[in-house]
Amino acid sequence: MLAFLLATAVMIIRMRNLFAVVMLTGAFSLLTAGLFITLDAVDVAFTEAAVGAGITTVLFLGTLSLTTSREKPATHLPTLPLAVVLITGAALVYGTMDLPGFGDPAAAPHQYVMPEYVSGTETQIGLPNIVTAVLASYRGFDTLGEVGVIFTAGVGVLLLLNGGLGGRARRNGGEGAAPPVSAPTDKRKGPDRA
Amino acid sequence: MTHYLILRVIAKLMVGPIMLFALYVQFHGDFGPGGGFQAGVIFAAALILYGLVFDLTALRRFASLELLCSVMALGWLLYVGVGFATMLLGGRFLDYDFLAADPVAGQHIGILLIELGVGITVAATMLIIFEVYAGRKIATEGEDDA
Repeated sequence: MLAFLLATAVMIIRMRNLFAVVMLTGAFSLLTAGLFITLDAVDVAFTEAAVGAGITTVLFLGTLSLTTSREKPATHLPTLPLAVVLITGAALVYGTMDLPGFGDPAAAPHQYVMPEYVSGTETQIGLPNIVTAVLASYRGFDTLGEVGVIFTAGVGVLLLLNGGLGGRARRNGGEGAAPPVSAPTDKRKGPDRA
Repeated sequence: MTHYLILRVIAKLMVGPIMLFALYVQFHGDFGPGGGFQAGVIFAAALILYGLVFDLTALRRFASLELLCSVMALGWLLYVGVGFATMLLGGRFLDYDFLAADPVAGQHIGILLIELGVGITVAATMLIIFEVYAGRKIATEGEDDA
């Protein structure tokens, strides 16, 4: 599985055709989802498959249809970025050496509140899915913040790309996507019109 | 993409089952894998498929941006509302024990409601992002014709 991931990543870097790159990114997400399943993290795998392989691919394709599907050839040698990546990668690999073994019950994250959550899920909440119990009940306030982040993302996209919450939305919304003929000049300027 | 007959027929067949699966993931998330986030994305994916194969205008006929804006806020309000409801019932913020006489039943109700709020917000946000991206394309094409 990891070999497949690596092969996909190398192909994504080598390809110049962005359409194929987007498809490979989707495949990469799907492979990651498979990897999560082998680690018994079904909820994460589910999210990765739905968001990473599904929605992200659609959004990338939408962006491609707005821009171009060929990547421009690089104008300079990637020495500095390569150095940064190598150093960061080495630091991360060095960091993993201090991580506890996979599934080690004596690891620090499994010691603090986890035993209480695991035993409490059965008695206090009565749900078989601990992930849902932790996400929605024990850490409910965190999840509220997460939903707030998604809400903010939606508002941000509306403000940046749609010219305000009520601006173009009102004109383009109900009666189809026919562009308003009355204001053709201000639409040519590009991003600054928002 | 309106003239691809096979795509249109298959897409029409798929949209319903995908939505049904989203609802299953939404309401079965307490017992199996899944929950509001995944269900919201899957539900949005069904409508995005519809919008891709048929027209964006067809999608906007029943899921306009104004409607989605309200729905997006509604999901978050439902979440916060559950939090305040538990406060009014005597507990702390998002303390579901107080939603029913039995704490465990209260937890079930609370989790169901906030997952629903999550699902609603996620689905609406994904649709908004898709519609705005795709609508921008139409807008730019339209001004080239003008």
